[in-house]
Amino acid sequence: MAIDQGTTSTRCIVFDQNARLVAVAQREHRQYHPRPGWVEQDAVEIWRNVDRIVPQALRQAGITAEQVVAMGITNQRETFVLWDRHTGVPIGRAIVWEDIRTEELVARLGEQPGIEEVRERCGLPLATYFSAPSLRWMLDHTAGLRAKAERGDVLFGTMDTWLIWNLTGGVNGGLHVTDVTNASRTMLMNLSTRQWDPMLLEFFGVPASMLPEIRPSTEISGVTTRVVPGISITAALGDQHAALFGQTCFEKGSIKGTYGTGGFLLMNTGTELVRSKHGLLTTIGYQIGGEPAYALEGSIAVAGSLVQWFRDNLGLIHSAPEIETLARTVKDNGGCYIVPAFSGLFAPHWLAQARGLVVGLTSYINKGHLARAVLEATGWQTREVVDAMNADLGAPTPVLKVDGGMTADHLLMQFIADVLDIPVQRPLVAETVSLGAAYAAGLAAGYWPDLEGLRRNWHLAARWNPAMDAGYREAEYANWKRAVELTFAWARSSPST
Amino acid sequence: MPGPIQSIERAAAVLRLLARGSGHHGLTEIADSLGLARGTAHGILRTLQRVEFVEQDHTTGRYRLGAALLHLGTSYLDANELRSRSINWADTLAARSGQEVRIGMHHDGAVLVVHHVFRPDDSVQTLGIGAMLPLHATALGKVLLAYDPDLSAAARRRELTSLTRRTITRTQMLERVLTEVRGQGWAGEAEEYMPGEASIAAPIRIPGGLVVGAIGISGAADRLCDATGRPRATLVRQVVQAADSVTTSLVDEN
Repeated sequence: MAIDQGTTSTRCIVFDQNARLVAVAQREHRQYHPRPGWVEQDAVEIWRNVDRIVPQALRQAGITAEQVVAMGITNQRETFVLWDRHTGVPIGRAIVWEDIRTEELVARLGEQPGIEEVRERCGLPLATYFSAPSLRWMLDHTAGLRAKAERGDVLFGTMDTWLIWNLTGGVNGGLHVTDVTNASRTMLMNLSTRQWDPMLLEFFGVPASMLPEIRPSTEISGVTTRVVPGISITAALGDQHAALFGQTCFEKGSIKGTYGTGGFLLMNTGTELVRSKHGLLTTIGYQIGGEPAYALEGSIAVAGSLVQWFRDNLGLIHSAPEIETLARTVKDNGGCYIVPAFSGLFAPHWLAQARGLVVGLTSYINKGHLARAVLEATGWQTREVVDAMNADLGAPTPVLKVDGGMTADHLLMQFIADVLDIPVQRPLVAETVSLGAAYAAGLAAGYWPDLEGLRRNWHLAARWNPAMDAGYREAEYANWKRAVELTFAWARSSPST
Repeated sequence: MPGPIQSIERAAAVLRLLARGSGHHGLTEIADSLGLARGTAHGILRTLQRVEFVEQDHTTGRYRLGAALLHLGTSYLDANELRSRSINWADTLAARSGQEVRIGMHHDGAVLVVHHVFRPDDSVQTLGIGAMLPLHATALGKVLLAYDPDLSAAARRRELTSLTRRTITRTQMLERVLTEVRGQGWAGEAEEYMPGEASIAAPIRIPGGLVVGAIGISGAADRLCDATGRPRATLVRQVVQAADSVTTSLVDEN
């Protein structure tokens, strides 16, 4: 059984031994936007949703708690909540990864001595996106919080930690633990020791007493006493890490790409901690037992959301999948490129001030060309990230494994294969995030013998082979790069920066 | 003969009202103009909205004619939309049946493959999206023929190409088979398209019952059929269930 605590909803999915989906229950939760740029969620609402969907999934599957081999938790990363250890009541709402309230704080912290050392230790660039700056903000802006935290009365947790603490008893002996992948997204964990780093805690001004114990992904070792008592919680992983695991990207150099609102590419770099020289993040892929698998991550901020923008803000299509129909009315982009830097560019550029643009407009360009340019933007951004990954690892990856809603777009998947010049593969089980959590949990419980056993469950549903002429591909890539450079120039010439 | 159906007459009146003048009316205006109770008018508008004959402006709450009315004759469901909505069910069908799955729609006198899931045995396979298959020799095609009177009439006028020893080439025979398909709600085919291969398919419908496509499995004839050459009942059940699930997902999101 997997609980996938996502940004917009929480789901409970039951899988059988062949990794086939048996039951799905889901509930959405509210997003709060109290001020511009602030994004919050109610951790109690999320906990109540879990309380409802777990029994619902069991009913749907027609099984009892005793028949559940193990539970794995996967979650939206970086989002965290603080709560009172004695009452279990949250202190304020959970601050979501999208929240940019710490923009000023981040700018200030970025000028402090030791910032290079911070990046070296946690593998992440200083950004509003990660938990530590928002945690610091909470400690600075909540009366009496720091003192209570130092006394050990306040607990910090990413959503995995919050759910595990509650499921295993809450105020009555709930486990206060997290896994390495979630901890690796806080900016507080040292990538080499995989423990909270005193220098990082000092830098962000975070008391160690509020932090959970960091454990390997498959050594959570809890048992539920609430919701449905008696289920072993054996694993936890951040959602993108779970997708890497669910795609069985176990070998060094294997890459998965999840295409939804944004695009998330992770490459397994094996037992070697690779520090990116090309704008990627270093993170933990997963840790089964003693040895962690490290990973490089490249995030594309705008992928499916560009299609939504095309639908909702331009009104040129009725539904997202129709973008493919419109794109197929023309044979190429007609010389038009769209760089969707709506709120800056993520990997590998990391330029917060960049803004989007459409270039190459002529009287010839119609909505079909624009639709192509929309889809191609996701393809080229993928190429940039995969190029960076290959450069960091020093070897080209042979194949890209994909999942997420956008894999239904046949034209896009073919285009990605074309621009990467490697095959793109879609697995039969689309729910790779939940599957990854279930795999990790089942592996810990001995339901599956080893990684090889999991790999045997992975079946190919579709494969797109590259078919683009090399000269054409590189010429188009050069055009895309020029378009990206224009967004930098626009950012530099902006009077507000 | 049964009498006229009042709600259809009222729906027609709503459409006529929206088709003239400003074309934008609020619920109360519509109800008052037609002498209907607000609840009744609301029910009619909601239903017309569901079939996309009427649209509601998000900001003003006023109703107008839907874009679908202007394109009544053209394809109702976008092929890429159908793929997107059915992808999970097609995967589930491939996992359960162990066979490759295709979703087809009618295009230009043939079956256009709009979605394809590989047989889950990790053998080397080629993605067949965009391929065209013959209507009369495949299970997908028979489903499309069975529920489209124009299409089956056109098929009767053309020569039915023989592809194997078993391809149906006589019009009368095809008619009999299509009647059978409508009766049982699914179609089968054994070695009519390729020697040694068989297929099973069932219809995908939109609210109201109109068939917009077909979903089916194909594979080795000895795997898909029993000793008497009939499609295996368990596989037929899985195909029909998958088709029903896709149909339900089309209803839910409309």
